[in-house]
Amino acid sequence: MHLHRFHGGLKLPDHKTESTVRPLLALDIPQVLFLPLSQHIGEPAEPLVGPGDTVLKGQRIGHANDYIAAHLHAPTSGRVREIAEYPVPHPSGLTAPCIVIEADGDDRWHDDRLRGWPDWHERDARSLRERIRDAGIVGLGGAAFPTAVKLNPRPGKAIHTLVVNGAECEPYISCDDTLMRERPKSVLAGVRIVAHLLGVERVLFAVEDNKPEALRALRDALSSHDRSRIQLVGIPSIYPTGGERQLIRVLTGREVPSAGLPADLGIVCHNPGTLKAVADAVLDGHPLISRIVTVTGPGVREPRNVEALIGTPFADLVAAAGGYAPEVNRLVMGGPMMGFAVGDDAVPVIKGTNCLLATRPQDTPEPGPLMPCIRCGECTRVCPANLLPQQLYWFAKSKNFDAIQDYGLFDCIECGCCARVCPSNIPLVQYYRFAKNEIWAREKERQKADLARERFEFRQLRQQREEQEKAERLARKKAAVAKQAPEGEKKAAIDAALERARAKKAAQTGENPADNGRPDT
Amino acid sequence: MRFETRTSPHLIPSHSVGGVMRQVLYALVPGTLAMTWFFGWGVLVNVMLAVLFAVGFEALMVALRRRPVGATLADSSAILAGWLFALAIPPLAPFWVLLTGTAFAIVVAKHLYGGLGYNPFNPAMVGYVVVLVSFPREISLWPAPEGLLHGSLTLLQTLQTSLTGRLPDGMEWDAITRASPLDLMRDGLVAGQTVGEVTRSPVFGSFSETGWEWTGNLFLLGGLWLLYRRVITWHIPAAMVLTLATTAGVFWVIDPDQFASPAFHVFSGAAIIGAFFIATDPVSAATTPLGRILYGAGIGLLTYVIRTWGGYPDAVAFAVLLMNMVAPTLDHYTRPRIFGHSRDRHG
Repeated sequence: MHLHRFHGGLKLPDHKTESTVRPLLALDIPQVLFLPLSQHIGEPAEPLVGPGDTVLKGQRIGHANDYIAAHLHAPTSGRVREIAEYPVPHPSGLTAPCIVIEADGDDRWHDDRLRGWPDWHERDARSLRERIRDAGIVGLGGAAFPTAVKLNPRPGKAIHTLVVNGAECEPYISCDDTLMRERPKSVLAGVRIVAHLLGVERVLFAVEDNKPEALRALRDALSSHDRSRIQLVGIPSIYPTGGERQLIRVLTGREVPSAGLPADLGIVCHNPGTLKAVADAVLDGHPLISRIVTVTGPGVREPRNVEALIGTPFADLVAAAGGYAPEVNRLVMGGPMMGFAVGDDAVPVIKGTNCLLATRPQDTPEPGPLMPCIRCGECTRVCPANLLPQQLYWFAKSKNFDAIQDYGLFDCIECGCCARVCPSNIPLVQYYRFAKNEIWAREKERQKADLARERFEFRQLRQQREEQEKAERLARKKAAVAKQAPEGEKKAAIDAALERARAKKAAQTGENPADNGRPDT
Repeated sequence: MRFETRTSPHLIPSHSVGGVMRQVLYALVPGTLAMTWFFGWGVLVNVMLAVLFAVGFEALMVALRRRPVGATLADSSAILAGWLFALAIPPLAPFWVLLTGTAFAIVVAKHLYGGLGYNPFNPAMVGYVVVLVSFPREISLWPAPEGLLHGSLTLLQTLQTSLTGRLPDGMEWDAITRASPLDLMRDGLVAGQTVGEVTRSPVFGSFSETGWEWTGNLFLLGGLWLLYRRVITWHIPAAMVLTLATTAGVFWVIDPDQFASPAFHVFSGAAIIGAFFIATDPVSAATTPLGRILYGAGIGLLTYVIRTWGGYPDAVAFAVLLMNMVAPTLDHYTRPRIFGHSRDRHG
């Protein structure tokens, strides 16, 4: 297959073997699980249980109210201790509402659990999508976008190609590699289901060529029927090949339009972990309650991959990897390029947790002092979106938000290549995030202001109209009266009417005095 | 357990400003040694004095601006500016030429515009142009490139000359200096000689004067090393050398008696060091790939024009400063096509 290349990118030291020398380990059930209600892009789930409730494994405990949202399931059986704010994995070290479950150790499945569909071939796309949604599946590559949404292309957008993104281009991370090696059949089952659901003509299964064992395992697991439809493609390991847009470019030579989605090219892209979760949901009826996480880096003693229940505290994963090395000082969720450092290892594994990376001071030395940009252009050379990062930096710094958008700020995928090569130690990606947030905030502000102005203008218009109508009514009345009666006759008529009323009142009080003082009977 | 929180990337930094500057300094070493070999100790004396002055002015300015002096000096940019300036100055120039030039380079061209990263003009070239117009006599006295072995001044004599501005007793400027090849060519052509007659002079080697050729070759070596180390990109040097050679080639083909060959132009004067070390100064150059090509081409073209028809033989410095002025405009109109967009965007 002819491969293409994208502009820029970096060859990074891959550090994958550290964690792949040890076999995959299924973690014990932790005593307490912390399940954040929001684990994905979109609206948080609404809790379906309360403190003191007993929950069973696989039971839905959080409901997705929004279209872009995902259900949450109990990873094991136990009792809900509370629903309260706890630290969650987030760059800002935020706390967020979590359902806290004390495990009872029985690991008893919920009775009403979904039933497996060995006959999935006969199911239509709609019910398969519903099943995937019921299972609470989100993209497991890290971005955690609800999968059912991605499998529901807009009408008129025919999908002809499914791309499986087994690139896993960040250094250190090997959870997809491990999954593809150890459970290639499950992954391929997920591929078949999604290919069937989308009705695609072909599947391109891309794996970076630094994972020969994964490629071999997948090749061995392919049936003869698969071989005609599913094409395994070894691709060069250049960061960030695992970016959806970059991968599509490598495989097809086409670029996803800036404002569009891969679906605009007839392509949908999924991660192997996600597809394995789809297979579990469809074939066995299992919701997404666990995932493989790479626990690695020089800051842990025995780097390895573990299968952990969602909600397991990071500390338990590190313990399974032999504990911390003596000098550990930083714990990162995700890879070294796009991951963020967490302040505490009590935070739990969420659906998007692909890797825990622990480092020591000598692995991530204090960068030198922040230096001025010398416009060396290294960032331009490595930017996979072909942007001019140093120009974006100047504009972000001067808060020139019009210019920065004109220079393609929103085409930035935040891969961090520019920051990686910047000799001046400028945290470039932070500047772009700042600019994006600022622009979004202003946009919201502007919308609010627009709405207020519209309301105000409408109110003014209404008042004006009422005023005008009143004036017209008065004028009409005046005109009518004036037409009916000249001035003198009118006064005589009024006097006559008053006279009549007075006479009537006098007559009433004289004739019926008892009416007013009638006693109750 | 608590951990420090820092932003990504979580890897050992791969580059530093000081590192970049130091690589350029290393790359200057072979050419500087060659110059010393052919033109005498004055080259080294100049480099040392200019670096000393440049670092002194840098420290002074940084202190006045209340910035951390040590951290700023560690970026080595002042050393580089001083060194490049020194290479442009005749080896026996008196010290006040160096003092004036470095003062303008560091104080005016660099720090009055905001320091490293903010200067629109190449500091070393600003310093050079200032002394070129201020001390025309001192700047024109280049020793004849005869090789250190038969050189006429010892290190001590050189120092003495530099400090006093006078040659040791019994020596005459006329005896030890000679016009540079570019000057020779210009004067010869003005005097009605043909190119062939000028280059038949015994001092010429294959392309240019022997000493100048070798100096150029070794600066080229350093420049290629910078390319290999990816400290610079090919755009500016390639565009500059090719444009200079092509323009020279066109005129040379039309009238080889009146216009020197492309090889002469490329290997005489500051063309090579200019292409790899001066025009590639990132701060004052264009930054987009196409912008860099146009920027380099502009310098090459202007160098030829100034050398051939202008008033100064030292064309590279002026060409660089003129192109510095248009670098921001070049950047603006040469933005690359962004991934996922159908067309280039222009302001």
